Amino acid sequence: MADAAPSLRARAEAETARLPPLLARAERLARTVMMGEHGRRRAGTGDDFWQYRPVQPGDSRRDIDWRRSARSDAQFIRQREWKLAQSVMIWVDPAASMRFASEKDLPDKADRARLLALAVALLLDRGGERVGMTGTALPPRRGAAQIARIAQALSAESGEDHAAPDMSGLVPHGRVLLVSDFLGDPAPVRAALTAAADRGVRGVLLQVLDPAEEAFPYHGRTIFESMAGTLTHETLKAADLRERYLARLAARKEALSALAAATGWQYGCHHTDTGAQAALLWLHSAISEGRGGA
Amino acid sequence: MSLAALGFTTPWLLWALAALPVLWIILRAVPPAPMRRRFPGVVLLLGLRDGDSVSDRTPWWLLLLRILAVAAAIVGLAGPVLNPRDADKGASSAPLLIVVEDSWAAARDWPVLRAAMDGLLSEAARDGRTAALMRLSAPERPVFRAAADLRRHLPGLEPEPWGTRPESHTEAAAMLPEGSIETRWFSDGLDRVGRADLLAALEARGPVVVHESAQPVVALTPPTLEEGMVVLRALRAGTDSTREITVAAHGRDPAGAERVLARLPLTFAAGAKEATGRLSLPPELRARIERFEIEGARHAGAVSLSGDGLRRREVALIAGREDREGLELLSPLYYLRKALAPNADLLEGALLDLLPANPDAVVLADVATLSEAEQDALGEWVEAGGVLVRFAGPRLAASDVSRGEEAALMPVRLRAGGRTVGGAMSWGAPKTLAPFPDGSPFRGLDIPEDVNVTAQVLAQPDPTLAERVIAQLGDGTPLVTRKRLGAGQVVLFHVTANAEWSSLPLSGLFVQMLDRLAVSSAQAAPAEAELAGTIWQPVQVLDGFGRLDEAGTRPGVAGEHLLDAPLGPDLLPGIYEGPERRVARNVIGPETQIAAAAWPARVPVEGLARAPETPLGGWLLSAALALMLVDILAALALSGRLWRVGETAAVLLALVLAGLSPDAARAQAFDDTRAIEATSETVLAHVLTGDGQVDDAARAGLRGLGRVLSFRTSVEPAAPIGVDLERDDLAFYPMLYWPVTQGQPIPSDEAYARLNDYLRNGGLILFDTRDADIAGFGAASPNGAKLQRLAAPLDIPPLEPVPEDHVLTRTFYLLSDFPGRHMGRAVWVEAAPPDAERVEGMPFRDLNDGVTPVVIGGNDWAAAWAVTERGDPLFPVGRGYTGERQREMAYRFGVNLVMHVLTGNYKSDQVHVPALLERLGQ
Repeated sequence: MADAAPSLRARAEAETARLPPLLARAERLARTVMMGEHGRRRAGTGDDFWQYRPVQPGDSRRDIDWRRSARSDAQFIRQREWKLAQSVMIWVDPAASMRFASEKDLPDKADRARLLALAVALLLDRGGERVGMTGTALPPRRGAAQIARIAQALSAESGEDHAAPDMSGLVPHGRVLLVSDFLGDPAPVRAALTAAADRGVRGVLLQVLDPAEEAFPYHGRTIFESMAGTLTHETLKAADLRERYLARLAARKEALSALAAATGWQYGCHHTDTGAQAALLWLHSAISEGRGGA
Repeated sequence: MSLAALGFTTPWLLWALAALPVLWIILRAVPPAPMRRRFPGVVLLLGLRDGDSVSDRTPWWLLLLRILAVAAAIVGLAGPVLNPRDADKGASSAPLLIVVEDSWAAARDWPVLRAAMDGLLSEAARDGRTAALMRLSAPERPVFRAAADLRRHLPGLEPEPWGTRPESHTEAAAMLPEGSIETRWFSDGLDRVGRADLLAALEARGPVVVHESAQPVVALTPPTLEEGMVVLRALRAGTDSTREITVAAHGRDPAGAERVLARLPLTFAAGAKEATGRLSLPPELRARIERFEIEGARHAGAVSLSGDGLRRREVALIAGREDREGLELLSPLYYLRKALAPNADLLEGALLDLLPANPDAVVLADVATLSEAEQDALGEWVEAGGVLVRFAGPRLAASDVSRGEEAALMPVRLRAGGRTVGGAMSWGAPKTLAPFPDGSPFRGLDIPEDVNVTAQVLAQPDPTLAERVIAQLGDGTPLVTRKRLGAGQVVLFHVTANAEWSSLPLSGLFVQMLDRLAVSSAQAAPAEAELAGTIWQPVQVLDGFGRLDEAGTRPGVAGEHLLDAPLGPDLLPGIYEGPERRVARNVIGPETQIAAAAWPARVPVEGLARAPETPLGGWLLSAALALMLVDILAALALSGRLWRVGETAAVLLALVLAGLSPDAARAQAFDDTRAIEATSETVLAHVLTGDGQVDDAARAGLRGLGRVLSFRTSVEPAAPIGVDLERDDLAFYPMLYWPVTQGQPIPSDEAYARLNDYLRNGGLILFDTRDADIAGFGAASPNGAKLQRLAAPLDIPPLEPVPEDHVLTRTFYLLSDFPGRHMGRAVWVEAAPPDAERVEGMPFRDLNDGVTPVVIGGNDWAAAWAVTERGDPLFPVGRGYTGERQREMAYRFGVNLVMHVLTGNYKSDQVHVPALLERLGQ
């Protein structure tokens, strides 16, 4: 027990040491996308100050801004800018299957997924949206502190082979970004998407795949193991499996795409051997799409 | 080599080879080990079945590799043996008799011969036979015992240098026991008397097989001298083809180390049994030769000891009067020269000059009186073994030498005047010589009729006279007398060395007599008569292999046997020391002939060399192991894991190589070139601080100072050198510039030891804190504090600010302050001794001590001196003209400092110049 705390601290420090690079990379990536602020320019519910106006009948007493009112005889109400801030919730697959890179100089899928997610979060934050993580831990907020918290939350890893998206804590009519390889059981994804669609939540499915998973360049007698080691499959001639594997992969993509279309979501596929910027642009436009209509 | 040369200890194991095809099929059927791969997409694979049940096959070459490995293992385990011994052949149960001619000739192939005997005995031991060994060098009745027991005695068996005696074969034949015996005869390849007898006796008892080395015997006869050249003659027996051998002359070089002094190739023409060559050597070198040896022969017959035979004696000739120019035939030395020149090296000159050359003999022809020093030196030399031969003559006859009492260097007392016989004014006929008495060294020499004596000096009839006479005239008067003196002897010829008093110098007898006295070369073999009755002590003896050993306590040999008696246990070849000389007894005499042994056709003759039994199992098993290692690599390569393994191995290899890199050797070579660089010219040096900028500035500064020195003074320093205190030797540098930096590591203890050594031996260190704030050189500045720490372990004397009259202010320029890049702070040097006073009327104190070991300041001189390669100043100093002036002063300080280092207190001494001039004026 005595060494638990130091070891925890050491691990925490190692983790935080990892954050700034991720954050910096994400910022650098996000900086490539220029965009403007888009306030509603009228009073409403929002966080930012909009104007003071004299109290009118019907105003609640608690809306009176006492500081302003004390400076004059009249009583004022502090109005905030009405903001139609979008709440975007992000989920990045923390499962072991994401920690795969077929070659040494390729980033593993989890790394790319986190990078994209954080860059999107930065962009959205800069665009005035509120960003959070699915689940109850990090509800959507704005600000640099939130970005740091998201970066922290993104570094969480799970030992499971595949993870189901956590769809709790969804803000109605918010948006959701799910980043995963979606190689696991499709049923939870389907359930999550239908549940979300029921609550008017739409979003984006981003499938991150390694080139090896697209090409299946294996041959010879091989035992394939999942990243966590829970699943194995042995074959005598791996090359023979290629066609059927690719067919199954295509079917999975097709299913995801169809599911997205059915629920009004967007589906995209990204490979770790291609640049992150194109994926980010697509992600941003996909999330922004139809925002005005919300 | 046929297949029969290959055997197997367990041949039935080879049947396992039949299983190889089965193995092939099995290996082919078994798929290669699966690769394990991490793959997230495995979910998509679940449930997929292999379409065709045949797996990827092992590649054929990997199969072949494995089959080969297994085959090699099987064959290796079956115990293959190359050249196996035939167990069945000659498996008789008769006792085995090994007859060996263990002579010097057998020594040439002795290890092989012994191995062959060993092989025979081990076979016999396996068959349970008894065996006996008969050495023909000293035949003994053979005692048959267990072969294994006999085998243990083989390592001690060595060839004897004398070989076999003529009678030994016959003796051996007589000793043979009755009964059936199988004989193996190891012949030395030389024909021997009595061989047929022994062979017949052996054949009567059973089969005889002769083993003989195929190597022909070569031998060397004793060298002879002809016309000043050494004639070498080699003999051979056996083959008739052309062959070249090399004879090496061994001897001691002037340092006393034994080495090869000369080599002479000899060629045996086809069919010739002899090869002759002439070796021309300077006498000095020839005298050093101790033995000749045929290179590579390694037996006693190939060694010829030279004894005294090749030595040319050095004889010093000294005449009493040499003033009779032009009368050569009357010169007292003329006949001596004629008699000695062919065989001896003659030295002529002053006696005291010649004695240190340690001649073998000194001849004094009609020398009467010797100076005290000459007498002492000569006496000492004679007692150490020299032979002093004196000839009489008019001077000796007229002098008083050895008249009243016997002189040390005369054998007898002389009567005044001498006598003349047979002359025009005397009665009687000239006297002839009487036969030489027994015990005389001349005994046995023929006396020519025409030798007569007309005048001589006469000996006083002392009691000792009789024993000292070694030659006398017909009437009994002594002609030659001899006295032993210590290890040497003094001989007096009572006549002159020229033909004035006798015709003896004209006769051949004269030469022989000198020879007998060992005055001339002892080349001629000692005659039988001379040897008779003497005992010769062996000094060094040869063994069978031709190695020369100290004789130790071997008994002496009677002279009459020394040269002629056959060699044997009592007479080993070697060097024997007699009364006056050393005689070499060689295995091969001048007359010896050698001939190859001829065996009757019925006797099988085999060589010694028998291809040794070579087990091959180990090699095959190693090959199998190697193949399996290759298989591991191949399997790894196939499964794609070799790369990873290879990477690790490469890293390990690199680490190992890095550990082994010859840094030390490089450093050593580097040090040497540095030392040479630093000492071939005057070099200014700076201490490397580890701060690149400071080091560069220091280097540039010293470069600038060097230029100024070259322009203005006769000091022309080479390019400056940076000195690493931990590593470099400081002794080469007259001064060290040491810029003080914050980051400088404190030198190690060894470095401080070197620094202190440097300071004590006249080195100078210029410490520069470079911060212009040194006045107290205390902790006033960080660099000052650092300087304190750096200098604490240094052996630095008390310091003081440079006094007005310090020699540093006037070694080259007259200076009052010492600016660098900074101006005018005090510079500290070794304090003047407290008792230094100014002499009345002198401008300076009398400070005659050494160079100050340290100069400490903070004016950043290097920066002021620093110039680029092209000579432009590197750092700004001051402003405008004042700045230039300051830089000039900085240079002047540098010049003064270097002058101070190089000339010491020379300028300080200049204060004495007026006084000196004044003194000179008087």
